[in-house]
Amino acid sequence: MSSLKELSQRKGGITSGHRLCSGCGAGIMARQVMLAAGNYKVVVACATGCLEVATTIYPYSAWKVPWIHNAFENAAATISGVETAYKSLKKQGKIKKDLKFLAFGGDGGTYDIGLQSLSGALERGHDFLYICYDNEAYMNTGIQRSSATPKYAATTTSPYGEVISGKREFRKNITEIVAAHNIPYVAQTAVGYWNDLVTKVEKALEVKGPKFINIFTPCQLGWKYGPEKTLEIGKLAVETGFWPLYEVENGKYKINYKPQEKKPVEEFLKIQKRFNHLFKPERKEKLIQEIQDNIEKGWTELEKKEKCLN
Amino acid sequence: MSKNILHSWKNTPLASRVEEGSSKNFKTGSWRSKKPVHNKEICTNCLQCWINCPDNAIKVKDGNIDKIDYDFCKGCGICAEVCPVKAIEMKNEKDE
Amino acid sequence: MIKKALTGNEVIAEAMRQIEPDVIAAYPITPATEIVQIFSQFVADGKVKTEFIPAESEHSAISCCVGSSAAGARTMTATSSQGLALMHEILHIAPGLRLPIIMPVVNRALSSPINIHCDHSDTMNARDTGWIQIYSENVQEAYDNLIQIVRISENKNILIPSMVMTDGFVISHGMENVEIAEDRKVKDFVGEYKPVQTILDTDNPFTLGSLALFDSYFEIKRAQEKAIINSKKIILEIAEEFKRKFGREYGYFEKYKLDDAKIALVAIGSISGTIKDAVDSLRGKGKKVGLLKLRVFRPFPAEEIKEALKNTKAIGILDRSLSFSGQGGPIFSEIRSAVFDLKEKLFVLDYIYGLGGRDTTQKEIEEIFNNIELETREDRTIDLIKYVGLKN
Repeated sequence: MSSLKELSQRKGGITSGHRLCSGCGAGIMARQVMLAAGNYKVVVACATGCLEVATTIYPYSAWKVPWIHNAFENAAATISGVETAYKSLKKQGKIKKDLKFLAFGGDGGTYDIGLQSLSGALERGHDFLYICYDNEAYMNTGIQRSSATPKYAATTTSPYGEVISGKREFRKNITEIVAAHNIPYVAQTAVGYWNDLVTKVEKALEVKGPKFINIFTPCQLGWKYGPEKTLEIGKLAVETGFWPLYEVENGKYKINYKPQEKKPVEEFLKIQKRFNHLFKPERKEKLIQEIQDNIEKGWTELEKKEKCLN
Repeated sequence: MSKNILHSWKNTPLASRVEEGSSKNFKTGSWRSKKPVHNKEICTNCLQCWINCPDNAIKVKDGNIDKIDYDFCKGCGICAEVCPVKAIEMKNEKDE
Repeated sequence: MIKKALTGNEVIAEAMRQIEPDVIAAYPITPATEIVQIFSQFVADGKVKTEFIPAESEHSAISCCVGSSAAGARTMTATSSQGLALMHEILHIAPGLRLPIIMPVVNRALSSPINIHCDHSDTMNARDTGWIQIYSENVQEAYDNLIQIVRISENKNILIPSMVMTDGFVISHGMENVEIAEDRKVKDFVGEYKPVQTILDTDNPFTLGSLALFDSYFEIKRAQEKAIINSKKIILEIAEEFKRKFGREYGYFEKYKLDDAKIALVAIGSISGTIKDAVDSLRGKGKKVGLLKLRVFRPFPAEEIKEALKNTKAIGILDRSLSFSGQGGPIFSEIRSAVFDLKEKLFVLDYIYGLGGRDTTQKEIEEIFNNIELETREDRTIDLIKYVGLKN
């Protein structure tokens, strides 16, 4: 792991002047990932989404490394092509340097529309690190539900109304879907845990083959909280067990942080207005309990995996 | 305001490529309604504010917090929240 | 030079082996599958330096190509029909990013109903994506076009991707005697690819594929359009060089007994062979008929077509795709527009033929010529659009 002093000496990959929202989790995520990768020569592919749009408005770009945007659903395929070109040119002696390849996609570009492209790239074994910045909905188009949106969260296409209390389904577990590809390194981390995040990115970049890190990335606009609370929300997601920090290294599970005592999920929910309807006008105990139970179930399963697959 | 560098179609760069780090020419400081003010006296230079700034607006020199770059700081207040010793205070822009 | 009996797919795979791109990304689809199948064997046998990406869809195949080409590798793929349709979104992006990807396309009808045989609805659907589109009449042309196209696409003033078309099954699976050049000769002709800019250049990083809004998008797209217009000149220059080195002549189109023709057909692809036979037969009966076989559909050589057709009285356009209530098929609307301002009025009729692989015979072509003569004589143009061989 690198200290903050060491990191502060590194050349970052993304600079100021981008147009992500004030307090944007993706801005923090991208800076930390690129600092973690700062000791390497990297090439980045980015899926359509907030990060892509807000950082590359013509004729400006916040990226200080070679960077390509192709479309929404194909960041993994695009980086496959870049990496293969590198492999071919390197084999022919046309390029000498050692390069690393990174792809960024939001949850929409990863869990939903880009899932096939990601799966294909993972199966083919390209040497790249895929970063999913998961902000739990289509934020770039104006907060529509994705398969990463948690149950009962209100979005513009899963609003709460007289008869429906926000999104009706639990979220998809993409980290486990990726892990099922038996790639060498899979991890979950969160904005709010720079050390965990940077350590995982640095670790992943040392591994050959496909790597995947799913980063919990709070969105002040879509989750409806004050912009200064971004880190706090990331921390509450982890402290409540809603978003476990863990990694799967060559099939072995390791939970990187186990809260002494998990906080009730309510603490995570009630500071985000997307869950307002669970508390107002009256408290919907059953629904909150359902979310709580689901966390317990997920956590128990994860602990079992850690125990059995170690 | 940022310099307008848009051009005639005849001078469009190949594949409309954009130069690295050119967003430095697009100042986002005007978005701010609150302004973080850094107190060097009590700052321990733990760099928590620096690593968590979404806008790369906290400048570090030789491992110490040098200054806040108000050209780009959007005033989110994350730095003030994360500071363990309250060395950053959010003040209203107009109070300055 | 070697004479060989090869199918269209075989000849394309052979040309690809000789061109030996750095990267090929592809996905199987009838009737183009054999191309990548044969090429995979070249890779497996170590006959080429090419890295092959067996993508999980055509959408990903072309997306891989965009990444690879942006990284400065000579990049190819191949597809057909539904595969091309699935690629459609990225077809627009490749020329926008000025990536000289080369793609042989085996023409096949689009669903629904599903069909595996030839028509041109797949590539006509892609005609406004910004790719150079060159059609082949036969196996030899497929080989020659593919070799020439590399130089055209990769020209530093062009940098536009290209499709080289062959008719599904008719050419792709039809065997012909063709002349195959020595590997060295092809390699010397296409040369080594030297990218103008590459995202592997970490010392000179840049952003490719930014968001451009109303203040810049228009200029960027106009600049892109200029690049494909510029390719018109290069296409002829490369054809000239190709003629010198390989002995076969190409242009935007081939004029077959056209100069003194009063009635002419305009067609693309393999039907041209049948038309030539029909022209010969009708000429034997004293009819002044001819053919303009269009090779280059994008960039569209409007001025040259107008010039070539100016002495005819009436022309029939053979369209192998529908535009579903449009003013005729896509070739018809282009050609009719191109000849619109000729001083002498020219009758232009559209003949939709061969959808879903329906065979069109020499007899039917002769009937088309007769039909045009009849329509013109009576100075009427009822039924501007006709359907050849359609069961009534």
